[in-house]
Amino acid sequence: MNANTGRRRAATGPQRHQPLARWAVVPLLLFVAIAFGIPALAMLGGAFTTSDAGPGTAVHYTTGNLTASLQGAYFTALLGSVKLSLTTALISTVVGLLLAQAVVTSRHGMLRHAVLSASGVLANFGGVPLAFAFVATLGNAGVLTQHLGLDKAGWSLYSFWGLVLVYLYFLVPLMVLTVISSLDGLRAQWREAARNNGATTWQYWRYVALPVLAPSLLGGFVLLFGSAFAAYATARAMVGASVPLITLQIANTLGGNVFAGQGNVGLAMSLDMVVVAGLVMAVYIPLQRRSARWLV
Amino acid sequence: MSTSAATTAPPAAATAQETSATVEFRQVRRAFGAAVALDGLDLAVRPGELLALLGPSGCGKTTALRMLAGFETPDFGDVMVDGEDVTAVPAHRRDAGMVFQSYSLFPHLSAADNVAFGLRMRKIGVAERRARAAELLELVGLPQHGDRYPHQLSGGQQQRIALARALALRPRVLLLDEPLSALDAKVRLTLREEIRRLQRELAITTLFVTHDQEEALSMADRVAVMHAGRLEQCAEPAELYAHPATAFVAEFVGTMNRIPGRTGDDGSVVEVLGRRLPVDGPQAAPHREVEVLVRPEAVELLADEEGKARVTGTMFLGALTRITVRLADGTVVKADMTTHAAATFPAGAAVTVGLPDHPVLIDERRA
Repeated sequence: MNANTGRRRAATGPQRHQPLARWAVVPLLLFVAIAFGIPALAMLGGAFTTSDAGPGTAVHYTTGNLTASLQGAYFTALLGSVKLSLTTALISTVVGLLLAQAVVTSRHGMLRHAVLSASGVLANFGGVPLAFAFVATLGNAGVLTQHLGLDKAGWSLYSFWGLVLVYLYFLVPLMVLTVISSLDGLRAQWREAARNNGATTWQYWRYVALPVLAPSLLGGFVLLFGSAFAAYATARAMVGASVPLITLQIANTLGGNVFAGQGNVGLAMSLDMVVVAGLVMAVYIPLQRRSARWLV
Repeated sequence: MSTSAATTAPPAAATAQETSATVEFRQVRRAFGAAVALDGLDLAVRPGELLALLGPSGCGKTTALRMLAGFETPDFGDVMVDGEDVTAVPAHRRDAGMVFQSYSLFPHLSAADNVAFGLRMRKIGVAERRARAAELLELVGLPQHGDRYPHQLSGGQQQRIALARALALRPRVLLLDEPLSALDAKVRLTLREEIRRLQRELAITTLFVTHDQEEALSMADRVAVMHAGRLEQCAEPAELYAHPATAFVAEFVGTMNRIPGRTGDDGSVVEVLGRRLPVDGPQAAPHREVEVLVRPEAVELLADEEGKARVTGTMFLGALTRITVRLADGTVVKADMTTHAAATFPAGAAVTVGLPDHPVLIDERRA
């Protein structure tokens, strides 16, 4: 092979692969368009339109649905969801961080393996099976409730704090999975440099470790918030309408369970959720970027 | 580094000079499981001295440094600073500034805040912290870089900031753990000189860990060569090079030829290349097959058509050229000479190899 041929091959090599790489993305784009794009457009259209009763009637553009979604019981449900998500995300962040730190500093590799495997399973254990597991354990007639006499102490699983407890079951493992790589990224030399500069263990955490981890922790917090905010099946199976949550309200309006013809308000509430999720992502992405730069 | 930084006498200098400390390792032993990192290390560092700990990977030099910093605890023995036993003193109270191999600047703090970190831990006021940080940034030649974050600085700049941070608390001892090994060759040379200049200006007792013999020989007042957790020899660079105490030191520091020889009747003389030379250092039993250790610059070559040795290659080193010669018995010998003189020894040339009338080190013959 002469030099010219070599150069020609070198130049055409990557080009030959590029079109193939582009085509490989097409199925993904199609899936996103169908599974995400079309419903999102339908939701957006429905949130800003209303139609007269009866088939084939005229469609009117309106902001009334959005206004309604931010009033009365709907707004209470939105606030309820935000409150539940903030509470569970906060507790999970703290507990998850402590648990992950214990795992990272453990000298037993098996412990790390076991906790990570368990976290991977538990973080995805939700919905009706999770609700049932808690009802059987800590419900009014649950094993632990009866055994420990929790009902006499005023415990109720079917309350805000009961729901918090159930959500923690999958949010804490999710936080462990999220934060453990960041804790691994904390360099031992930062701790030694801090100690060498006169910092105690507390000062190291206060002035070095937590500030370095902050973007990652906030990112994890945001992820947990989003996860709790969007959870539906577990709450539905456990508390029904006794704890106002936006996901339950959306289900009610779309299903026509309470008021008929409120479907478009349900779509407006979905749009409210998208806005909240969008705000959350707007915080999350830059934080993740910064964290990735520090904790290489 | 700016000229002003190089010529300005730092206010910290006087203070540091007064507080120069002695450091002493007494019979220090440390094992990690079955691996013995330090095996009874005895070493004393003089006040204001720069002592290089030199040795191959795993010889225990970093363990010794970390022990002085308080990051490792000896299984046995004592670590003394100014005659005071600091073995049980926690790391954050050791009064020893350390520079790490991989900079280890705090990524969320600016250069000035990194430098002032120790002062902040001591709850020094903001104004004083800023003034001291500015003074140290000036000292390391980066007065304009205080607002930059570590990721905005080059490797050399980061290491200078790390050096400033290590000096911020006016430590009694400065510890440098391979501070130049992550830098490229040119920056390494510059920073080598900067560190030496600063160390002399501040007259601070300094321990410098390195596996680079050139770095150790060019920077240190004394070099301590370590091997398998033990101190082989501690001496000034010239002494170490000219009179290595052991075969390990001789081979680790600089290049060394091993030429087959045989000891004489009383072991104080060795026969090598047809000559009888006095033995320097440890002797061997009489009439024993040994190897004679000779530096390339001590080897003499003579162009000789009847010579049994052959030149097999040359390596241009600038002013010098290293000539590789194969003796009749297959032994390979390297000889250094001026590049001009080396031109008369082309590859394949027949030569005679000679040695000067100096005492030589011997070692057991290798299989």
